[in-house]
Amino acid sequence: MSKILIRGAKVLGGEPQDVLIDGETIAATARQGEIDWSGTGIEAGDATVVEAAGQILLPGLVDLHTHLREPGREDSETVLTGTKAAAVGGFTAVHAMANTFPVADTAGVVEQVWRLGKESGYCDVQPIGAVTVGLEGKKLAELGAMHDSAAGVKVFSDDGKCVDDAVIMRRALEYVKAFDGVVAQHAQEPRLTEGAQMNEGVVSAELGLGGWPAVAEESIIARDVLLAAHVGSRVHICHLSTAGSVEIVRWAKSKGWNVTAEVTPHHLLLTDELVRSYNPVYKVNPPLRTEADVMALREALADGTIDCVATDHAPHPHEDKDCEWAAAAMGMVGLETALSVVQQTMVETGMIDWAGVADRMSFRPAAIGRLDGHGRPVSAGEPANLTLVDPAYRGVVDPAGFASRSRNTPYEGRELPGRVTHTFLRGRATVVDGKLA
Amino acid sequence: MKRHLISAADLTRDDAVLILDTAEEMARVADRPIKKLPTLRGRTVVNLFFEDSTRTRISFEAAAKRLSADVINFSAKGSSVSKGESLKDTALTLEAMGADAVVIRHGASGAPYRLATSGWIDGAVVNAGDGTHEHPTQALLDAFTMRRRLVGADSGLGRDLDGRRITIVGDILHSRVARSNVHLLNTLGAHVTLVAPPTLVPVGVEQWPCDVSYSLDEVLPESDAVMMLRVQRERMNAAYFPTEREYSRRYGLDADRMARMPGHAIVMHPGPMVRGMEITAEVADSDRCTVVEQVANGVSIRMAVLYLLLGGYESAAPAAPSRTEENK
Amino acid sequence: MDAQHDATGNAARPVLEAPDIARVLTRIAHEIVERAKGADDVVLLGIPTRGVFLARRLAEKLEEITGGKMPVGSLDITMYRDDLRLRPARALARTEIPGEGIEGRLVVLVDDVLFSGRTIRAALDALGDIGRPRAVQLAVLVDRGHRELPIRADYVGKNLPTSLRETVKVQLAEEDGRDAVLLGVERTAPTGEQ
Repeated sequence: MSKILIRGAKVLGGEPQDVLIDGETIAATARQGEIDWSGTGIEAGDATVVEAAGQILLPGLVDLHTHLREPGREDSETVLTGTKAAAVGGFTAVHAMANTFPVADTAGVVEQVWRLGKESGYCDVQPIGAVTVGLEGKKLAELGAMHDSAAGVKVFSDDGKCVDDAVIMRRALEYVKAFDGVVAQHAQEPRLTEGAQMNEGVVSAELGLGGWPAVAEESIIARDVLLAAHVGSRVHICHLSTAGSVEIVRWAKSKGWNVTAEVTPHHLLLTDELVRSYNPVYKVNPPLRTEADVMALREALADGTIDCVATDHAPHPHEDKDCEWAAAAMGMVGLETALSVVQQTMVETGMIDWAGVADRMSFRPAAIGRLDGHGRPVSAGEPANLTLVDPAYRGVVDPAGFASRSRNTPYEGRELPGRVTHTFLRGRATVVDGKLA
Repeated sequence: MKRHLISAADLTRDDAVLILDTAEEMARVADRPIKKLPTLRGRTVVNLFFEDSTRTRISFEAAAKRLSADVINFSAKGSSVSKGESLKDTALTLEAMGADAVVIRHGASGAPYRLATSGWIDGAVVNAGDGTHEHPTQALLDAFTMRRRLVGADSGLGRDLDGRRITIVGDILHSRVARSNVHLLNTLGAHVTLVAPPTLVPVGVEQWPCDVSYSLDEVLPESDAVMMLRVQRERMNAAYFPTEREYSRRYGLDADRMARMPGHAIVMHPGPMVRGMEITAEVADSDRCTVVEQVANGVSIRMAVLYLLLGGYESAAPAAPSRTEENK
Repeated sequence: MDAQHDATGNAARPVLEAPDIARVLTRIAHEIVERAKGADDVVLLGIPTRGVFLARRLAEKLEEITGGKMPVGSLDITMYRDDLRLRPARALARTEIPGEGIEGRLVVLVDDVLFSGRTIRAALDALGDIGRPRAVQLAVLVDRGHRELPIRADYVGKNLPTSLRETVKVQLAEEDGRDAVLLGVERTAPTGEQ
């Protein structure tokens, strides 16, 4: 069993500490240089030392929203390449979205993804099950069977498509109560977004691109929080993107309703002004919004209205982005840049501290997904899922160096702060000195 | 001028006036026994049309041929060429064929911009209409027509449309002609008012350099030119307006309404007209309607644009396009 | 010619002053009448910019001599130049053919400086697209030599042997506020014409 001593890391941004890992668990934590070795049964000299002065130690990051593309679109990503990207980004667990080919709407498909995750070894993969058969919004998928499968699905989502039928949504919300599941809604009123290409507003008017109005998101969120309240279920809102959505979620929470929400890193940083380049690397769903929306999302993440950051990592092959805007696929890769974007937009602006990062990127997403073994405190006896970050690092994003199979990042050439130096998955280093182990 | 013509917003006032002045000289060539100039001999202009538009294509074709360019018509409509990567592959093919200019019509907004900025091709890119974005040569020929009618062909030389009041009526939301005209007319000093039912005005229009009115009757008496846009009947099905009849009654131009325009004011239409919808036959056929003139002016404008874009590269000499005399 | 250096006025010295220019134009007018035997079918076409002013001045003098109306116009050669690919596109000047037309007439092209001959080559092409004159002649204020084409002038105000490093600049009151022909020296080596 491996023994690792992480020396002098600021745990959740606090005072420097030493953290001793023994096998799959954290054996001891103490102020720097003060570990009581006698109680651990380990000789001080036996542990591999990771010098972590100046670095931040976080619980392993958890992503509630990842597209791993396998099965079906292995040209853009596989479970193996996606989990490598996750590890590089500091994640120890990701939730794999259901919009694969075939759709993850049966126990068979979710078990396949779950098994591929086990085999990858870089990151835990928790499959998400589709709410409706084929994501078609017509007929409930076998939610119970997926939950009862080896994959143990607890999060269900038709992400990419909205469960727009109010009755189907109501039934899904009710049905998953039986096994403490949650429905993660991709809030997009389909009729209001026919032909939509970007945020509807000043820029879309000028560029002549079909508008995706904020109200198409907000109206669904309003309906779903009311439904969740009515049937006493919990609902999770995927990639919330507008100031109006924030207001609705804030209101729902003030009522004590069981509503959670996520925001993507790109919606915390980028605006629809970038679409003026017609470069499809900025094409994403929901679309990049306005500066006012970005600021509202940051506030909401800081005050807890938005519970967590989720990447919506959406890999696409080069040819699906190297074309005109209308023909391009929607989505951006995000696993490898998520923490840096959060550091820039939330930590360096003073809106949250590193403990807040741990909360929004590990504790809360794990709690929403009811994910065992992740999002745990950094303390003795806990699973050694850990991420070590060098916050002083400054680097320019170069997609050529990505572990992901796809390169569709909106941050190419942009300087972002911070770097994950080490990731530990149950005590095993998946990333060492910023490189895959 | 920039190397490409993608958006009317890219043109400065001086660029725009230079194009109009050049078109004025080009128009005179049409009156000569020999309507051809040797200017672009040996240069290749590709008409790359992903959408059917016979009018625009033959206008560009006539313009290029009058300047002695070789013209290749590449119609991508209906073939397997319709999506993403093939725009790139098509561009690479054209590049290999040595296209000096690519005139592109595409259903996707921004496709010409992508073509010009992606590094796929070297030649000049002329936007001949992209999606619901822009159609800059249409706006230029409209401005040219207005300057000739409202200022004068000869007396207009070197001048813009300062203070002229232009009204654009119809489906603004889906109109690339309207977008380009708002930019260009504003650059040329005109005052633009858009008139449409609120459903056909884009969200975000308040940032445009123009006024918006929902009442045609209110703005007609103050208009120097009224541009009627085509309204497609399909829009009815998407509930943009209730019926054709109601649209014509509120926003169509008939003889009664035309009579309320100032005596000098002209009626314009980019074509093709839907008679009985946005314009009555009586108005369309009146001598205040410039629609046929606009077609002829289109060739002159496109000649001017091709000539100005296909000069040598800007890096070769200072940009001021005065007639220097270095090779007497 | 290199307008940039001429514009500085540096080291440029006048070789013709206003009275000289008036005198040579009078002489050219007489030569035209003599060679055309009365100038009845002559049409003067100036090449923009300064050739047009010279053509108008010549027309006035011809009208004084013959007492008749002298058709005068302009011929822009920009679209017929052979260096269009090498330089940014230029603004066009006006081509104005007098009402009489040029068909079967004696066209006298008028320009300020004859140098390589390429402008006149372009002018002959432009003329051919407009009509078929009986004959075409050329009048220039200054012939500075260095021809690159088999072209010569029929009427020359002044032959001015120059080196390629020198510049010749014609100034006319209509455009420049005064009449003069200036000979200067380029500060950089000539880039050579095309």
